[in-house]
Amino acid sequence: MSSVQIRDVRKSFGNFEVLHGVSIPIEDGQFVVLVGPSGCGKSTLLRMLAGLENITSGTISIGDRVVNNVQPKERDIAMVFQNYALYPHMTVGENMGFSMKLRGESTDEINKRVKRAAEILALSPLLERYPRQLSGGQRQRVAMGRAIVRDPQVFLFDEPLSNLDAKLRVAMRTEIKELHQRLKTTTVYVTHDQIEAMTMADKIVVMHDGIVEQMGTPLELYDKPDNQFVAGFIGSPSMNFLKGHVRVNGVATFEGPNGVKLPLKNAPAASDGRPVVYGVRPEHFTIADDGADAEIVVVEPTGSETQVFAKLGGEQVVAVFRERHQFNPGDKVKLKPDPSVVHLFDEATGKRV
Amino acid sequence: MAVMAEPVAAHVKRSSLWTRAFESRNFLGAMFMVPAIAILILFLAYPLALGFWLGMTDAKIGGAGRYIGFQNFVSLSKDSVFWLSVFNTIFYTVAASAVKFAIGLYLALLLNERLPFKSIVRAIVLLPFVVPTVLSAIAFWWIYDSQFSIISWVLLKAGLITHYIDFLGDPWNARWSVVAANIWRGVPFVAITLLAGLQTISPSLYEAANLDGATNLQRFRHITLPMLSPIIAVVMTFSVLMTFTDFQLIYTITRGGPINATHLMATLSFQRAITGGNLGEGAAISNAMIPFLVAAILLSFFGLQRSRWQQGGRD
Repeated sequence: MSSVQIRDVRKSFGNFEVLHGVSIPIEDGQFVVLVGPSGCGKSTLLRMLAGLENITSGTISIGDRVVNNVQPKERDIAMVFQNYALYPHMTVGENMGFSMKLRGESTDEINKRVKRAAEILALSPLLERYPRQLSGGQRQRVAMGRAIVRDPQVFLFDEPLSNLDAKLRVAMRTEIKELHQRLKTTTVYVTHDQIEAMTMADKIVVMHDGIVEQMGTPLELYDKPDNQFVAGFIGSPSMNFLKGHVRVNGVATFEGPNGVKLPLKNAPAASDGRPVVYGVRPEHFTIADDGADAEIVVVEPTGSETQVFAKLGGEQVVAVFRERHQFNPGDKVKLKPDPSVVHLFDEATGKRV
Repeated sequence: MAVMAEPVAAHVKRSSLWTRAFESRNFLGAMFMVPAIAILILFLAYPLALGFWLGMTDAKIGGAGRYIGFQNFVSLSKDSVFWLSVFNTIFYTVAASAVKFAIGLYLALLLNERLPFKSIVRAIVLLPFVVPTVLSAIAFWWIYDSQFSIISWVLLKAGLITHYIDFLGDPWNARWSVVAANIWRGVPFVAITLLAGLQTISPSLYEAANLDGATNLQRFRHITLPMLSPIIAVVMTFSVLMTFTDFQLIYTITRGGPINATHLMATLSFQRAITGGNLGEGAAISNAMIPFLVAAILLSFFGLQRSRWQQGGRD
């Protein structure tokens, strides 16, 4: 186990820079998730950490050793690939023991370690099978088993669940998290799925266009997004954004599209008339007499909650209610955001106000 | 009404014969297979059967010949030239195939790396395959010429030899010379096919092996070779079959000489059957190749049988 320091790392392919100075401190034993839309550079960063891509500038250290020029095999890391990269001509057991075999360890020791890893992952009955004979979830577990056998300083996961069906993905999510709680190995996990990030991470790093937009615990990111990108990326359904202006005369309010008025807790450090983006999470709407007029467009009940799409000041917003309101498309309702948890972002920069 | 109904009924009856025939799956299936079967019988089965039959006769060009059983084979078994051609063919096949495989694999591995001007290099590698065989054979004939050989000239000018090498005049020189020509011609097929095989190996396997601590040599030994083995088996089977039955190169460069030293079974068969007019004996020599070819095919068939790891799940 080791800490990992990524300091001002840049990566260029030719003249095209894909990472513009990324710094991420990772503590010993932490489960860090790099999340962002495709093309944000998260996988490239992970591959640089693994040593599969060169570092253009900046440093990456594992423990207290700078690994910029260290060969991948000497970095003491294990990686789980998106397509698992299992050796098709080796059995499950051989796959898991391959790294030890290359190091020239004794067959007894290899068998012992493989057996132990197989027990952890419930793979014991499958050790003689070939990867082709396994289901997606089993292959995923073998890929993890191969990593566990190594007992590395750092685990790297590159979108390991994206080839699995939805149900299995949820199960494996739990399994990986449980595994981490058991082994406590420093883990860097790349995904584009913010739910995976939220559920698994000790620390989430949101990346976008080659920069770190924000890092923090899942709930920090959810409750206090630094900017409009993070606010929109984290959370499902995503946050509603309405463009408008701050109005300060007596009480602070937000004047949105088509003159719709929405409450603010207190006047932010912003002058009257400042153009802002008003952000409100779907679950922070309530039905109240002093709410803003809205017209219901679509109602989507999921059982535990109901998602309601409505027109508010001409813009479509989504609200989530746990109570079972009787709504029909076309109904007029009064929607009121909870002013204590609304977010304001600068319209030009997208930064939190 | 009854008058109207009659022609209609007759029409239905007439068309129903055709309709019924073409609605029957078996009849229709048989009809679809007729063209394929006709082509196979006419161009594959008939010549093969004719070859078998001729091998059992004493047919000469211009005469039908009569059935003489295995007499051709009996006389061949006492014919030292025939046995020399068997030896030559096996030597030619084994030597050429082994070197073709080694060079082909080397080139394929090289072309699979990031190389400058890769597509140009790949085109150059394919070149020997594009040139008509007889044309390249004539070029080799000149290269091996006893008076105008460029190889001898270069070596002489470099001071490495004192007199021109007699490439095609000495039995072993001639054997190695035609083997070299065959290698030159056969390497592109092996190289390009193996390259295609190499490109199907997922790069992430190499990355995983790299992280697992494999050196370049270990990656080749534990990833490339096992993943490539099915393709290698196919390529080498074809290579062996094509080399064993080679005719054009030898016939153009040496015509089987000197003193039958480079006669392959195919060239000897042609010489006895067409040049010498003994169709029956020539056919018998050709037929004698069949056991060798069947053995090569069987070997690769069992070698080719998909390994366990290539098969799908059984549960």
